[in-house]
Order: sequence, then C-alpha cells, then structure tokens
Amino acid sequence: MINFEYIRASSVKAAVEALAKNPTGGFIAGGTNLIDLMKRGVTAPTRLIDINNLPLKQVEETSAGLHIGALAINSEVSANDLVKNNYPLLSMAFAAGASAQLRNMATVGGNMMQKTRCSYFYDTAMPCNKRQPGSGCGALQGHNRMHAIFGASDKCIAVHPSDMCVALAALNATVTVSGPKGERKILFTDFHRLPGDKPELDNTLQKGEIITGVIIPKNTFNKNHYLKIRDRASYAFALISVAAALEVSGDTIKKASLAMGGVAHKPWRLTEAEKFLVGKTATKENFSKAADLAIKGAKGYGHNNFKLKMAPIAIVEALMIATGIA
Amino acid sequence: MDKIKDQPFIDRVDGVQKVTGTAKYSAEYDFPGMVYGVLATSNVTKGTITAMDTKPAENAPGVLAVITHLNCPELPGYKNLPDQSKLADIKKGYRVFYDNIVRFNGQPIAIVVADTFERATYAASLIKAAYAKETFNTDIDVAEKSGKALEGNNFKEYVRGEANAWKNAAVKIEAEYKMPIEVHNPMEIHAITVNWESDTKLTMYEKTQALSSTQQSVMRAFGLKQENIRIITQFIGGAFGSAFNTWPHSMAALMAGKKVGKPLKLMITRNQMFNLVGYRPQAIQKMSMGASADGKLVGITHDATAMTASYNEFTEGIVNASRSLYNCPNVNTTYKVYPLDLSQPTWMRGPGETTGAFALESAMDELAYAAKIDPIEFRLLNYAETDLEDKKPYSSKFLKECYQLGADKIKWSARNPEPRSMKEGDWLIGYGTGSGIFSAWRGAAKVGARLLPDGSLILASGVTDMGPGTATAMTQLASETLGLHPRDIKFEMGDTNLPPGPMQGGSGTTSTLGTAVHNVCQSIKKKLADLVKDNPMFHTEIVHEVKVDDLLFENGFMMLKTDKSKKISYADVIKNAGLKEIELQEDSPGNPMANHSAFSYAVHFVKVMVHSRTGVVKIARCVSAVDAGKIVNQKTAESQIVGAVVGGIGMSLMEEGIIDHRYGRWVNNNFADYHVAVNADVPEIEVLFVNKPDPVLNPMGSKGMGEVGIVGFAAAVCNAIFHATGKRIREIPVTPDKLI
Repeated sequence: MINFEYIRASSVKAAVEALAKNPTGGFIAGGTNLIDLMKRGVTAPTRLIDINNLPLKQVEETSAGLHIGALAINSEVSANDLVKNNYPLLSMAFAAGASAQLRNMATVGGNMMQKTRCSYFYDTAMPCNKRQPGSGCGALQGHNRMHAIFGASDKCIAVHPSDMCVALAALNATVTVSGPKGERKILFTDFHRLPGDKPELDNTLQKGEIITGVIIPKNTFNKNHYLKIRDRASYAFALISVAAALEVSGDTIKKASLAMGGVAHKPWRLTEAEKFLVGKTATKENFSKAADLAIKGAKGYGHNNFKLKMAPIAIVEALMIATGIA
Repeated sequence: MDKIKDQPFIDRVDGVQKVTGTAKYSAEYDFPGMVYGVLATSNVTKGTITAMDTKPAENAPGVLAVITHLNCPELPGYKNLPDQSKLADIKKGYRVFYDNIVRFNGQPIAIVVADTFERATYAASLIKAAYAKETFNTDIDVAEKSGKALEGNNFKEYVRGEANAWKNAAVKIEAEYKMPIEVHNPMEIHAITVNWESDTKLTMYEKTQALSSTQQSVMRAFGLKQENIRIITQFIGGAFGSAFNTWPHSMAALMAGKKVGKPLKLMITRNQMFNLVGYRPQAIQKMSMGASADGKLVGITHDATAMTASYNEFTEGIVNASRSLYNCPNVNTTYKVYPLDLSQPTWMRGPGETTGAFALESAMDELAYAAKIDPIEFRLLNYAETDLEDKKPYSSKFLKECYQLGADKIKWSARNPEPRSMKEGDWLIGYGTGSGIFSAWRGAAKVGARLLPDGSLILASGVTDMGPGTATAMTQLASETLGLHPRDIKFEMGDTNLPPGPMQGGSGTTSTLGTAVHNVCQSIKKKLADLVKDNPMFHTEIVHEVKVDDLLFENGFMMLKTDKSKKISYADVIKNAGLKEIELQEDSPGNPMANHSAFSYAVHFVKVMVHSRTGVVKIARCVSAVDAGKIVNQKTAESQIVGAVVGGIGMSLMEEGIIDHRYGRWVNNNFADYHVAVNADVPEIEVLFVNKPDPVLNPMGSKGMGEVGIVGFAAAVCNAIFHATGKRIREIPVTPDKLI
C-alpha cells in the first residue's frame, strides 16, 4: 500500500491545524467512500486526520432550526424521533441511501463529501477530467446511463450520488464550516457546484475547511415525500430521485420545494416548478405542468435519454404521494 | 428405524461449522512465513508487450519476486505445447506469462510476491509495461455485422423434419431476444494458497469444483507426479461454474510459490472476478415459431448468436432446449459464435439452457397469446412423450405434474389472461410462467468406506461442496441404506488424498457420488451378512445360512426380517469376527443411458407487480415446481432451487455486464455497479417437488437440480411483465427505464 500518516484530532481547531500543516492530507470520518477511493488508487492522501472524536454528533432542535453535527451517523439521524417527526423528508432520504451497513458508518459530513460513482472516475486506466484534469471525459461518449441531464459540461457529465443531499437541498439547509480563516456558513444549494471547466472541484469548500454541521430551518412543509427510482430495491444509486416538500393549506399550495437526485453534478433544485406550484391547488394536472417546467433544458447523452422521460414521471409521482393524491 | 425415514431431511452436517466460521475456505489457510501474490494486469486490450519495467516493484519494500513473461520459469507444460504457429488463434489458449501477447484488457502481465498483502498490492501498482497496440473488437454487434463466426462441428445447423416450417403455420411469431454478459460473482472470491514442500511436491488449497482435473492440469503444467500434488478444497463459498478451470491466477500463484520457496496466498480482487474466472456469454437469439390454429406446434426455428474469447472456443447448448422441450415435428437451429478480444467465458449455472430457455419460453408465451390459448394449456398441447431429438423414451418425465403443482399453488386459473387487466392500487399485476429443462446424468465415482469397531461409518471422497450440501446428502443416503443414525456417519471430503471424487457441477454430483455411496453401503451389508452367516442366532428351521436378503439393517443393528428380536449390532459383528474394521472401496461406473433420455424439469410461476407509472418491478411471488426425481434431502434440495431462483431474479431484472467497447474495459466490475439481487428484491420462494423416482438413472431414483432451477426463470418474469403491462420486453435485464 501507499503509506500515509494517520493522526486523530480531538477538536475542530486541531483538525484544521493538522490539515494546514499537510495540505495533501485529508479528513476521514466513516470512510465508506474514501477507503474505496484509496484502494482503487483514485486518491492517495499523505495524511489521514481521523475526525471521529470531534464533538460533532449532535442532532438537536435550536432556535435556528434543526442542527445536525457533521459526524452524526446516517442511520442514527434517520431513526431520530425529532427528524422522523419534524423533518420526515430527511429521514426518508437517509433510509433510501446505500445499504444498512454503509448507513451505520457514514456520517452527514462524509455524505456531502462523497465522490461521484461515475465508473470512469474510479478506473484509473480510463480518462476522467474529475480525477485527472485534462484527460477527457470517458462518459461523454461512453456508457452514461447513470449520468447527468442537467447542468453538465463537455468536461464532465457525472452526478452527485447522495440521497441525503437532495433532501437537504429541498429543505433549504445551511452548511456550517470551519477553516483557517474562521467559521462561515454556506447555503446548501451553493455547497455543491456544477462541473463547468473545473470538474475536479465538487464543492465550494475552501482549502483547509472542515464541515461542522448543517442547519435546517424550522420545517413548515406538511406534505413530504422522497421518491427514489432505482434498479434494485436497496443498495443502488438513484436513476432519478425526487425530494418533494409542500406546505399545503386546504387544497392550496403555500410553499413548494423540490429537488432531484441522479440528474446533475449537485442536488438539482426545481425552482421554476416551485414557482409555478405556489398558489395552485394540489392536483395531478398542476403537478404535471410543474414537471414539464422542471424538465426544460434537460439534455440526454445517449444511454441516459430515458431520464428525460422518467424525471417528470418521478416529479409527479413524488408530489402525488406527498399530497396523498396517489 | 429411529424415525429417520419419516423425516424428509437431516440438517446440514456442516451447518455448525459454516455459521461459526470454522469451515475453512481456500484463502483461510495460514502458514508461518506466508507470503502474498498480487497480479498486475494490462490496461490495453490487444497487442504485444514491447518492454516492461519491473525494477521499481522489485525494489519496493518487502518484495521477494516479480514474475513476467520475460522471466517466467520453464514449465514442462509450456514446453510441450503443440506448435503454436500451426494453430488457429482460437485453439491456442491462453497461458499466463507464456508470451508477450495481450489478448484482453485486464490480462495478468506480472505477479508480485511480497511479505504482506498490502506491500504486494502496492508493488504491483508500480509495474509498467509498454505495448504495441492493435485494433480490437469487444462488441458482439460489430462482430455480427463484419466479423467471422467460428466454424466446425459445434456450429452445424440442426434440422428435424422441415426447416423453417413455422412460415406456413396458421399462427406465427418472430422475435429477437437479447441478454448481456452475466458474471457468476459468488460471495467467495477465487483464492489459492500454495505450499511447495520441495521442488517436486506441493499442497494447494484451491477454490475448485473439480479436484481431480485440477490435479491433472497442475501435474501436466509442472511435470509432477500425481501423488505429489495434494489439493484440499473443503468448502467453496459458491462458484456457479466459475471454478472448473485452473485459471491463470492459480498458475501464477503456483509458479511464484515455487520460485520463492515459501507458502504463498493469492486472492484475486472483486474487479478481477469479472474477467479472470469466466462469465456467461452475451447472446442474441432469434425465435421464429408457428402453430396450428388449434395450438399444435408446426415449427421452431432458433438462431442463436453468442461470443467467446479470441483464444478459446467456448460453446454451450443454447439451442438444445428448443429441440427437446416440446413435441414439435419441425425444428431447425443455428448457433453462431464470434471470437472477441475479451477474456474467456465459461459454464455458468444452467449453461446454455438458461440462455436458450429465456428465448424459447418467452417465444412460447408470445405464440400462446397469438393463438389465444392459455400458456400452460399451450405447453400441455405440445407435451413431448418421447425425446424427438435422440429418438429415445424418457427414463422418467414428470413435467406435467410440475405444471399442475405450480399452477395450483399460485392459482394460475384465477388470473385474468388479458394483459394489463389486473391491478392492486398503483401496481399492475402479472402472472407468468417459464419452463426449464436440463440433462440428468450419472458419471463414474469412487468412494471409500470404513465401518469402525464402534459401529460408526466413515465415508471418504475427494469431492468438494460449493453449497448444495453434498456431505449432508451423502450422509443421509448412507444412513438410509445402511441403517445408521446420521450422527454415526462421517463424510470426509475435499482432499485428493481421498478416493477420487467426481467434480461438483453439471447437476450430477448426487447422482454420481450417491450411486457409489449407495453401492458401498450395500457391499457393507453383504459383508456384515457374510460375517454372521454361521451365527446360530439367525438360524431357523428353514434358514440355515442367513443371507443379506433375510436381514434388516436398522439403527446399527442387523436382525432377522422374520424375527426382529434376533439382532446383533454392527459393532458386535466386527468384534466377534476379530476384525479391526470393515474397509471397502467402491468403484461405481457411470450410466451410459443407452436406451433412455434423462432430463430434470422445472416450471416457474412468477407474480410480478409493475408500478404503473415509474416502471419499477417487484417480484411478489415465486413458485417453482421441480421434477428432479426422488429428492434425497428436502431441505438442501429446496435451498438449491431457492438459490437458483434468486439468481434468476438477478438475471431477469438487474444483472448486466457492461464493457466500454472503445477501451475494451469493464465499466461496472464491482458489486456497487453490477447489481445482484439483494434481500429486498426477493420474496418468499415456494418450492414444490414432484418427488417421484427415476427408475433408470441411479439406485436412488434422483435426477439433478442445481442447474434446472434457474432455467426458464427469466422468461417467466418477462412473461409476467407482459401480462401485467401488455409490454413485451425482449431484452434483459428489465430495468425500470424499459417500462416507462
């Protein structure tokens, strides 16, 4: 194996300092993705800073909303009563992700930091601009069934694989980070980025920063559903997933928040569809119109053309289940 | 006797070992001073290696040796090859490190040996090779258009009656069915641990379904005496056909272990499981079938196209089921195989028939619907009472009973045959059926037996067990035949020092080895009877010299049939005779089946739920009715069918080997991206056995079952999906995108 240094940090400050001293190092929490990447030779950090001892495991209701520490375990957050009762969309998204074994190890921060599952990224003998900038995109003309239909570039058509992140994007969460320059907040929808000319950058974290948690504003969505369409019933990444959160009063939609997974380099918010739905009655017809708006600008790359058809179906389905019309 | 005969099964004799982790698999043998081998593989698909730089690997920490084609040890097996220049490429085969030719992407180009697995892995990543690349093709569609199919006896057209007679039928269908490469992917990764005791003697712990043939191939390759090669394979964690060959990684490990003179372990990676130990070949099949208006088959034309490696002519019976499953006077089949620049395919559960039955049984459903006849009724109308291909009667055939049992269980008659007519909420409901057929046979086998002074029995055979429960079945057979409690029987296996056993595979192990076990128990009974023939206890006014037929053998005692109070234990017989033990070896011949055809059958019934909008398919119910002759052990037999059906669910809904033909490299060679069924995909699987003995094949009346359990299953699923949705899906796997 390629040798690396392994240290344990006991505070956020110590973790940030340890990384600053060795910029080719990285943090490790659950390790469910990082270990794979190291084994496949995709990444080779020279120093692993184990952050599992940091006090970032809390799940608590605060005045700002629900605060989830970066090291809270996926399965524990999913099963947490606060989350289940007040943020059911998030609980559903967690439960739809990965496998039970992975959910028992994976952390919230790690989930945000996970890499795409694009096969070309994982095989070091294939071209991939994300892994090796300038080497080309293997998926563009290759096998791209799982790939993006929104916001891709000719440099990269990979998708972000998370379920949790799709729900957090819909729930208007904020990410809290700490770094050499202190603490700051990033809107969840600004945390992940589109590939553009720099597909090697997955997110907007600055050098040396560490995720400390996420904050979800008080939830007024009373109709929620996370729908995930996949090739098998468990342990499969989404072909299409939809996080649907509505505030419905009587039959009228007061607020709508929609995000999709499996379609872009980041959780994809459906802002046009949301705008359309506000003030409308919750009917299948309106959901279909919203879905048509949502899919505008989508582009297939061959094997994934089916997503152009599946995406609106999934949006309508998620909304119908959320509102109990289905 | 002691209720054993009333029970349908005994529990697995090795169950405790398996669930407590004491059952040892090939990667679990450790020795002092053990070293580790790791393969470096090519990242080009075709060409020659022009230069290699192994220095960085050799200089890496802990590295003991690097073997490539440049320093490959001289192997007698490599020297005594036929003149390679005179052989067609397809006949040349592939021998690891024999030459500098690259035949497939991911081909081993070096083995690195180091003192730890991690160091060997790292050093292997430092191996660099320069290649003269050549153009290649890994795409069957391209080969079909512009390539040249293999020629020879394996590819002759078969015609029975009139070719293409379907064209003149009142009702006819034509359809093309496609299936991708499928990979065995057993849970246990292929591994070998080798221990050379000297330059001419070794013990190896190898994942193999066939100890004897592995011993033979190692003997030939290394020029060793057979008795100096000991192979131990106690348990296999699934293989499904992937462990018959002595694969390149095993040869590499053997070479490396000999070179460094230390015990060496090599376990390939999950990625390498996709191209170093075979796979089920991709196939494109055209079915053209016709029937009379009253539902009698007029003609079947089955044109199959498949693929193999450029260096290995792999063929299987894809079109066989179309010749033998139904009573059709006119059948013609073609089988084309194109060589591709990929690693070689091999047998995979239900080889040939599984591929063929997907097409045949889908087409039967299409034709039944075209003729407006119930699919089961249609099959009964075309029931074959004799084997029209071999022109022989069946040794036994209870396929009709399978149709009946399965149809009753799933309440087939209650379905509305109209497609897209049944619903549960948002889910469309469909019922489908598909049948499976697989040859039943019996080979030659040896088994050793020792009846010990305490009356207990030790059976010994160099067979192995990849999961079906061979030791359990043999213990049960011996228990029933010899009249001994199963706890007094020990079945030793998985070692070439034991009497050579049959391979485990082809659904023939129980038939083959069971015959030997049955026979050796009969011989022991004769021997015991012989030892008591002068015992006055057994003499009556009529009988003065007791014979085996006069005696009952129960619970470790032999007794007069006419007076059970006159009895003596086996232990006492041995003691009274002054013997240490009774030791016998049985050499049972195969059954050539000169006058009969023998097949096992399965009929699968599947209930699917298809989401009316998202296209998601759930298998809601599986009922498989099986004619595998007399069932030896109900529990292990049922487990085999359950396992096969789980494989069938994967095959029909999610398994798909994907290769990027631009690079010739695998795209989804891992368990995250190559989907096999998980628990959530599998409902309760109901297994029904006809359980009637075959009177010809072997003394137990059993036939085979490991293979037939998957044959026809994928068609049953696709037929159920058609019934649910009205959509005919002719390309598996049926992922949601195909149904929206």
